[in-house]
Amino acid sequence: MVDRIADPWGPRTPYGPGERWPARVDTFLSAGHTEADVQRWVPSASILHSNGDAMDIAVVDDRIVGVRGRAGDRINHGRVDPKDLYGWQANHSPDRLRRPLVREGDRLVETDWDTAMGRIVARSKELLDGPGGWGHFGFYTSGQLFLEEYYTLGLIGKAGLGTPHMDGNTRLCTATAAAALKASFGTDGQPGSYTDVDHCDAIALWGHNVAETQTVLWMRMLDRRRGPNPPAMLAVDPRATPVAREADVHLALRNGTNLALLNGLLRELIHRGWYDEEYVRAHTVGFDELCRVVEDYPVAKVAEICDLPARDIERAAELLGRSQRLVSTVLQGFYQSNQATAASCQVNNLHLIRGMIGRPGAGIYQMNGQPTAQNNRECGADGDLPGLRNWENEEHVAELARLWNVEVDTIPHWAPPTHAMQIFRYAEQGSIKLLWISATNPVVSLPDLARIRRILAKPDLFVVVQDLFLTETAELADVVLPAATWGEKTGTFTSVDRTVHISEKAVEPPGEARPDLDIFLDYARRMDFRDKDGQPLVKWSDPEAAFEAWKECSRGRPCDYTAITYERLRAGGIQWPCTEEHPDGTERLYTDGVFNTDPDYCESYGHDLATGAELLPDEYRAKEPRGRAFLHATPYQPSPEVPSDDYPLLLTTGRTVYQFHTRTKTGRAPQLVHAAPEVWVELNPADAGTLGVGEGDLVRVESPRGAVRARARICGVRPGVVFLPFHYGYWDAADPAGPGGPDGGAADRGAGRRHDRAANELTITAWDPVSKQPIFKVAAVRVVKEADSGGRPSPAPTVGGSAPPEGSGIPATVGGPAAEAPSRGE
Amino acid sequence: MHLAHYLGLLHKAQNRLGDAFTEIGEAHRDEPDIFHTCQRLAGQCRGHAEKLAPFAHRYAEDAPAEPDRLHSQLFSGTRSGGLGLLRDLQDLYLMAAECDISWAVVGQAAYGARDEDLLAVVKSCEQETAIQLKWLRTRMKQAAPQALVAAE
Repeated sequence: MVDRIADPWGPRTPYGPGERWPARVDTFLSAGHTEADVQRWVPSASILHSNGDAMDIAVVDDRIVGVRGRAGDRINHGRVDPKDLYGWQANHSPDRLRRPLVREGDRLVETDWDTAMGRIVARSKELLDGPGGWGHFGFYTSGQLFLEEYYTLGLIGKAGLGTPHMDGNTRLCTATAAAALKASFGTDGQPGSYTDVDHCDAIALWGHNVAETQTVLWMRMLDRRRGPNPPAMLAVDPRATPVAREADVHLALRNGTNLALLNGLLRELIHRGWYDEEYVRAHTVGFDELCRVVEDYPVAKVAEICDLPARDIERAAELLGRSQRLVSTVLQGFYQSNQATAASCQVNNLHLIRGMIGRPGAGIYQMNGQPTAQNNRECGADGDLPGLRNWENEEHVAELARLWNVEVDTIPHWAPPTHAMQIFRYAEQGSIKLLWISATNPVVSLPDLARIRRILAKPDLFVVVQDLFLTETAELADVVLPAATWGEKTGTFTSVDRTVHISEKAVEPPGEARPDLDIFLDYARRMDFRDKDGQPLVKWSDPEAAFEAWKECSRGRPCDYTAITYERLRAGGIQWPCTEEHPDGTERLYTDGVFNTDPDYCESYGHDLATGAELLPDEYRAKEPRGRAFLHATPYQPSPEVPSDDYPLLLTTGRTVYQFHTRTKTGRAPQLVHAAPEVWVELNPADAGTLGVGEGDLVRVESPRGAVRARARICGVRPGVVFLPFHYGYWDAADPAGPGGPDGGAADRGAGRRHDRAANELTITAWDPVSKQPIFKVAAVRVVKEADSGGRPSPAPTVGGSAPPEGSGIPATVGGPAAEAPSRGE
Repeated sequence: MHLAHYLGLLHKAQNRLGDAFTEIGEAHRDEPDIFHTCQRLAGQCRGHAEKLAPFAHRYAEDAPAEPDRLHSQLFSGTRSGGLGLLRDLQDLYLMAAECDISWAVVGQAAYGARDEDLLAVVKSCEQETAIQLKWLRTRMKQAAPQALVAAE
């Protein structure tokens, strides 16, 4: 038995390069149950992070009692992340929404589906009547629905209402991955495969605390590190995360300076001849311009911008330059930071100039944060066109119009699909009048929350929220629709490395809650959306038929699903593209060095990465890409907000291994709640000393936008930087004296609350010019001590990035008997 | 030689464009991408003007008096709201277009004057001006349907 709270990564199963990663089957069943009792095992995969770990849901008497990893699955070989081991218990939480709610004055009251949907449809028809009616609708969806739901929603939005105002919270998590892949390789689509970890001789983690965000991928890396001929490891992160502590070289750079570091590293590699001239000549465009831009970043200058020892930058360049099979992974430290797309493209450049792409061990993972983010990108509910089509390519739009049997100009293709922050801006200005939010909680996850609350509370904005619980966002809604979740509905989703899994319905949803797909289909029926021939626009009524329709949409595109069926997925995950020609799927893209940059095939004609200015189709054609990848190069610019005399510290936000997003689910699983119950703030010992703050002291972190109160953990974050986990909102802020406690009784719409618990009270409204991903990692703040700890340590976990220094005497985070779970090796 | 006059024209146009970027960015602070990008581009314009200054000074020695109606006035203050933003960006676009064509003219003159140093300045700056125009077009295309059709 393993306490997977005390040890989230479980026992090691070391292996060597080129060997198969040994299986280890992790199981957790609720107290009193054994595998022998389980009546049904229902195939599924993780919905609490993006790794795509396959598992079976254990069912006894039509109730979920636990999960077990699938030993034969290509991704996890049986392992299960602690969030998945325990997180399913949230399905049974007594506060699940069971009936629709509608606003009556200041209150939300229970009602039936007819009344709730009737209100949405009446408002929709009223708004749609008249020119520009499409412009009054906004949809803000998720990275946690299923493929079938995104595709259906995308069709409703683009061909039913004809609105470009549809995006997902994927904008906060994975938009830069998509933007960087499009910019370098022509289309979205992850080049690498998780099996690259089995073959590599070096791993570089760029702003990616994989140990806490994708624990199973980290287990694979750790097993290679403990086996023969382990890969070297480089970590770039301002915090002393488990990844940074494991790495051979850790660059704890100043937040917001990623691009300067990458420009400097590329310069070193080029100067020292550590690049593949032949590959560059045959397969890339733009090497001379890349050399010209990076020339301006000698090590000494980069050391100063990033506040790093020059010798460490050189060591990093040596580690990268001497590798033969390099795996790079990129995540929020880059995506949610300054110059996100430009910095992420430099990671692609590093692989391109070294020819390290498209072969075993040489892989790039431009990661996702959320489990189904990839599908939102593919299916077009997030600001892309379905099938990774190019909205500026008239033939691509015409293909969609033929497929959907609608007029071409019904589909909004006159300008880029509206990104999330702009949707909220239009709502703020009043031109968007109906905002439909599904499976996400922007009142905790978007930047500058005071502003988001103000927008959603506007009386002239009709807000629909579709969720499992009465979230902080749902409290502000006009109509709340109770949704079914993982285990209660069927659908498919796709991991970072393009592996598609099926997740089947195991049990009935509670009360009158409905699958998200059924809700969207019901809306389409009630709105009576029609195609050109007067037939219903949406021609399916169940998940499998939606999947079959999507397959046609994906045909011939990079994400081709045409040879995948539900039946085949029941046997295990399959990587797209999967076609008649490649019926078993495709492990790696670009094995022949031919990229998706052909002007008729590419997903974007490209941007200037510094401003986001779009290039015109003819300018793109003039580059004559002929299947070569683009090497983009951009000079470093300081971030929009830098420290000042008033706000001398830099805030970065992030995650713990025990929680996911705004804790809608993980905050309702006892083991996970116990491990990370309350917000904390991390300070470096030197800064803490200056401020007179000790372990556990209550401090106030202030930015020009708000304040957060939290108990301090003194640990390994870099000097000058303050870290807050972004998970903690207000729904469970129970301690009246603690952060978020009500200071005047909890009135409706959360009006009586003190808003001092969510990290995003402090963050800035700013975004990357290309990916439009908000910048969460760079805000100027000050820290003020409020109260002594009284000997009580911070609630921060002792596992992960918030681990205290050795010998601190702080009690270790453990789960005890309630968290014990077997891990069976081969 | 009249090159000094066009250098003066471009120098002034770059400074005015820089000021307009600053002013319009400040006026539309609630559009963070406009605010942040305008701030950056304002700096870029002032950089262009600084690079031109020594050439303007040098060629001024050989120049006759400045002719009438040399400079144009394209911007007279910011507006507010969605439509106002669009109009303000359109002013910037016209001002940047004036700079763009002036770079082309000055570049031609630099060839004629065999002035390699001036040519190098033109080549580096005119690309940045071209990107400014592209950014303005991109942003205006994005804003136009909502501002002109959907908003009340």
